[in-house]
Amino acid sequence: MRITVDRERCCGAGMCALTAPEVFDQSEDDGRVLVLDPVPPPEHEAAVRRTAVLCPSGAITLTPPPDLARTSDKVFGPGTA
Amino acid sequence: MSEPTTAAPMPTARVAGCPFDPPEDLARLREEQPVTPMAYPDGHVGWLVTSHALVRAVLADPRFSHRADLTHAPLGGTRMGEPRPAPPGIFTAMDPPEHTRYRHLLTGQFTVRRMRRLTGRIQELTTEHLDAMERHGPPVDLVEAFALPIPGLVICELLGVPTGERARFQDDMSKLLSLEVSSEEKIAAFTTLTTFMRDLVPAKRAEPADDLLSGLVTGTDLTDEELTNISGVLMGAGFETTANMLALGAYALMSRPDQLAALRADEGLTDQAVEELLRYLSIIPGTVRAALEDVELGGQLVKAGQSVTVSIPAANRDPGHFADPDTLDLRRSTAGHVAFGHGIHQCLGQQLARVEMQVAIPALFARFPTLRLAVPPEEVPLRTDMMIYGVHRLPVTWDVAQDEE
Repeated sequence: MRITVDRERCCGAGMCALTAPEVFDQSEDDGRVLVLDPVPPPEHEAAVRRTAVLCPSGAITLTPPPDLARTSDKVFGPGTA
Repeated sequence: MSEPTTAAPMPTARVAGCPFDPPEDLARLREEQPVTPMAYPDGHVGWLVTSHALVRAVLADPRFSHRADLTHAPLGGTRMGEPRPAPPGIFTAMDPPEHTRYRHLLTGQFTVRRMRRLTGRIQELTTEHLDAMERHGPPVDLVEAFALPIPGLVICELLGVPTGERARFQDDMSKLLSLEVSSEEKIAAFTTLTTFMRDLVPAKRAEPADDLLSGLVTGTDLTDEELTNISGVLMGAGFETTANMLALGAYALMSRPDQLAALRADEGLTDQAVEELLRYLSIIPGTVRAALEDVELGGQLVKAGQSVTVSIPAANRDPGHFADPDTLDLRRSTAGHVAFGHGIHQCLGQQLARVEMQVAIPALFARFPTLRLAVPPEEVPLRTDMMIYGVHRLPVTWDVAQDEE
């Protein structure tokens, strides 16, 4: 999994740093996203997939994109949310 | 496309005896027609959106504007005069690129890390207020003694309101929220606050200190007018919202002893508990956008210019997203709740609100394990008359420890 972010889109809400603090941080200057690890290890992939869906401004892109049909990729849904 | 039904106002009537549940008609609308025509107080006919998926979709979609001059107010009286663009600095009622400029100047001040650094200071403030409650003895009004002053003082400190001015400042802020204060007094309090904020900016320019406002004064090219308005936005947003979450959150936990016991038994549950209280209580009724072009939404055609109100409580109680949504369950996963909104306007101060609740709520119940209502539930005055939901007063009592001697 590779992470790319659009810092222009980022609105600095901090959802990524809150959800996957091992992988994302916020700049001290402007609060916008910083990627600590653009190719996160497997143990952080689930949290990273959540951040991509939770990000309010849609600033986080994952390659390959999350497969929402796969149970382990589901961020939303009763009980699994 | 389905046949539009007659436009009705946004539902606001809550069921008696269910102080934590949203207006009941929202569930029916979400079930039957999650995008439904809505009659706005000023006569405009727009839409109301009630499903979690569509609320998120609207808030993330740049075809829906948040501009003050395009949106119609979903609740309250009719607007005075013609719609006008947001004054300089009122970024909450702007679109990109104006919104982006302000937002990016502010986000550095509200990061997860920076807000967590305030934990110690928020703990001190919380302890001071719990000490004062203990000295006073039961019963006390939890709103006045705890829920209002803590977020009020935190935002005052963050912005850099001088210590000597904070008490008066708090007093004026509280007057704006009170039911027992006449509208003349409220106008006077509002005027005092506005004047105060207007004077604070040049004061910081003359003598910058280590606070948010000084940082903005020295580190940006924002004008005094912009800074005054931004301060007003931050003050208003940082005070009433958290204050109501603290009081209503405490009330909800007192009403659910099993959940409260779980929280008291496991400190590790705190963060999740706060998210669940945010979801379950959803004290902001909604937010409004205006369609910049025709948009098909959930099988309905939203025409350019129409206002679309998204219901936060309806989305956060959507059974399509949260299993058993009407149950307060501190252990559930709440991912995707929209208590802070979604999209580029998602709450700037959410990380501050989180830390305040994560500190204050457990500390309250740790200090007063027997905390309970001091009046029958039907005597708790609910803020059904206010934009932000909560309680006007929360009389509480507790057993004074016998074993201290």
